[in-house]
Amino acid sequence: MVNLTINGKDLKVDVPDDTPLLWVIREHLQMSGTKFGCGAGLCGACTVHIDGEATRTCITAVSDAAGTKITTIEGLDENGIHPLQKAWIAEQVPQCGYCQSGQIMTAAAFLDENKNPSDEDIVEAMTGNICRCMSYVRIKKAVRRAADEMKA
Amino acid sequence: MAKFGLTRRKFLVAGALVGGGLAIGYGFKSDKPDNAALSASTSEGEIALNAWIKIDSKGVVTVAIPRSEMGQGIYTALAMLVAEELDADFETIKVEQAPIDDVYANVSILQDALPFSDKFHDGEDTIGATGMAKVAGLLGVQVTGGSTSVRDAWGPMRQAGATARSMLVMAAARTWNVSPDECTVEKGVISHLKTNQSGNFGDFVVKAASETVPLSDTLKKPDDFEIIGKSKNRLDIPEKVTGKAVFGIDIALPDMAFAAVKLSPVFGGKLSSHDEKTVLEMPGVLKVVPFETGVAVVADSFWRAKTAVEKISATFDSGEAASTSSDQVIKTLTDNLSSDDARIYAEVGDAPSVLSSAPNKVTASYTVPYLAHACLEPMNCTAKVTETGVEVWMPNQAPTLIKWFAEKIADVPAENVKVHTTLLGGGFGRRAEIDLVLMAVTIAKSLKNRPIKLVWTRENDMQHDMYRPAAVSEFQASLGADGKIEAWKNRIVSQSVSGSFTARLIPWATMDAPDNTTSEGAADIPYEFSNRLVDHVPVKFPIPVGFWRSVGHSYNGFFTESFMDEAAFAANQDPVEFRLAHLGEHRDFATILQKAKEISNWSSPLPAGKGRGIALHESFGSIVAQVAEVSVSEDKTVTVDKVFCVIDCGTVVNPDTVIAQMEGGIIFGLSATLFGEITIENGQVVNENFPDYDMVRLANSPVIETVLAPSGRRLGGVGEPGTPPIAPAVTNAIFAATGDRIRELPITKSGYSA
Repeated sequence: MVNLTINGKDLKVDVPDDTPLLWVIREHLQMSGTKFGCGAGLCGACTVHIDGEATRTCITAVSDAAGTKITTIEGLDENGIHPLQKAWIAEQVPQCGYCQSGQIMTAAAFLDENKNPSDEDIVEAMTGNICRCMSYVRIKKAVRRAADEMKA
Repeated sequence: MAKFGLTRRKFLVAGALVGGGLAIGYGFKSDKPDNAALSASTSEGEIALNAWIKIDSKGVVTVAIPRSEMGQGIYTALAMLVAEELDADFETIKVEQAPIDDVYANVSILQDALPFSDKFHDGEDTIGATGMAKVAGLLGVQVTGGSTSVRDAWGPMRQAGATARSMLVMAAARTWNVSPDECTVEKGVISHLKTNQSGNFGDFVVKAASETVPLSDTLKKPDDFEIIGKSKNRLDIPEKVTGKAVFGIDIALPDMAFAAVKLSPVFGGKLSSHDEKTVLEMPGVLKVVPFETGVAVVADSFWRAKTAVEKISATFDSGEAASTSSDQVIKTLTDNLSSDDARIYAEVGDAPSVLSSAPNKVTASYTVPYLAHACLEPMNCTAKVTETGVEVWMPNQAPTLIKWFAEKIADVPAENVKVHTTLLGGGFGRRAEIDLVLMAVTIAKSLKNRPIKLVWTRENDMQHDMYRPAAVSEFQASLGADGKIEAWKNRIVSQSVSGSFTARLIPWATMDAPDNTTSEGAADIPYEFSNRLVDHVPVKFPIPVGFWRSVGHSYNGFFTESFMDEAAFAANQDPVEFRLAHLGEHRDFATILQKAKEISNWSSPLPAGKGRGIALHESFGSIVAQVAEVSVSEDKTVTVDKVFCVIDCGTVVNPDTVIAQMEGGIIFGLSATLFGEITIENGQVVNENFPDYDMVRLANSPVIETVLAPSGRRLGGVGEPGTPPIAPAVTNAIFAATGDRIRELPITKSGYSA
């Protein structure tokens, strides 16, 4: 039994310790916004926040997340209007949309750390996340837009 | 199953044969509303006025979208077509995935498969195109591909909106006892100004359903469009930023089990033995299911299924592919450049004889590798088989095919087959394939009444794709005294995508038919030469090849536009001016090329180490020109700084979506230019996951400036046409920067990196 705190809720899950957090979130807790993309920490589709830090859940054992505060895309903003989510709509970023939970969670952790990012900072922070539809042009614009809004 | 008579499909075919023809008029076959396709999905108080439109008592309009949403914005674009003619309020419009029905057949995709010699592509309504429309209607195949969705829906879905509007107006006029001609409609509200009466669609929809369907309704003129041509926010985006969007992989059903597979590492290999004993004892494992090409483990979670299947020791009979390598494929393709067995796809004048005596010749040959689709949502399919039926949930591009094969494998009556098309986490042609449904239904059949979700790992996906074929191409051209090309000979050698695809659908059929996808973008180029010969040598390898965003254009665009650049250099002319000089009557192409020249500031000087390259390519009915600006460092590192893009897709429906598709299409093609290569050794794909099959990330994404230049020519597609020109634009730019001509992709083959 592993104790988890996800999106402010305390939960217990009965899974082997080495089960990747990704599958616990998706299958046991039925929150499907966090995506499986590569299973090896290479694409970023499975990114959530663990104690505020952007973390790849496909390579994080559930036991390593016990006692931490986990935030998934579903918990980023209860009304779905985080500045990044608004910016993502304003810039019409998603195409297929599959990678976008991971993109937004990566960007959210980054903007929490860096309130005044340069364009280079944004590129560096976001370059580990793959978008196969190649919506990068708009991802960059949307992170910039959200950063500016959060600063204002 | 229709046991005592012809099935509907056969009846239609027979009717066409007997009657010598069949009217296929957008599904409006009688004066009664043909809404059968939606009758099962209307909620209480909601009425379907035809196969595309449902309206509820509050006036909320729901549009049934018969194509798959894979990021190309089709939910929104098709809803715009309906809303425009219906005069609906677009801000409140809803969409849902249409069911499978003959009325939604994709006619355009078969018309596009017509021989290139047909004048259909030049805008004429030819006998071939009309015949193909009938065949498409008879087959009733719903498929999303070939950048056809808007082109195919342009008539029927606007017509659906117009006739529904007429029926609603008739009903309102009858209610108010006024002339329908005096009624106006704006944003879902019908008004009669003289008597100061108005009501929304919901007030009249019940009556409207019993109105006569007007068989011919006048459609709006482009000048009167209020929705088409204005950027609308995508209807599917809000749920894609909150994690609520449901992709195939997100399907969750009561009592669902999970399946993972181990597949023959060698293409075409068959499972010969497997040891399931140790695995069956593992926690959560429910069943081991062997099948022809591999073995599946079904468990109570995907992770347990995956962990268990990796522990299964399985042996495979590798078969003929075991000796195949990509190096050997390229060598065989190259050897076949001198084959005597080519199929001619374009012939004007006598290029071989002009070339044989020409003093001033340019020659070059080019090579591209196999490529994977690598959709970010790994391949998956959920299936439930009962005694009498089968139900499938799947992100797919071809629901009709999925339905046919689910029926076949489950061995149940056709009417008991149900297919749910979910959102697709990328498609690019990969999800037009049937391999996942065959596997999922086979596994589900062994666990009767329990749904199973089959999910492939990234490694499964990378190593068991249907790849963009490797291809080589050789050119010879002669330059006349006027500096123009007088003869052009181009031979392409590759596998046939259509042949490979058909063999997967109908394994017993031996396909050796012409395949226009092999030479598309080479046989149909806009340049006018007095003597021209384009042919293709089909070669078979035991490597499955499939439709990859822009298909044959993805390599022929690189080949032809690289060689035009080489010819321009040999003629000592500016690449833009040289192309313009060969465009003859094709003024629409010249316009787009000129526009690209203008917005890229083509003639302005660049510092040392930087270069500009241009490419012009028509595909899927749209003309695209791109200019790439690159920097090349001394250690041969390439940075694509900026791409200028101009597209003429005839008419623009949702401008922002066209721009997004250009951006995505360009970087998709740039990924192949800079990094893309699938390597095969001993019949197996060497690449396993993303670092072995890298793609452009944000760090190497260029700035992109897109200009829409719709000319009103026949409607073109937008999902694919952005991809073909980028590779030659970049390699032509590298040539401009360095003098080094790249003739093989990716550029890493020539010692460059990105």
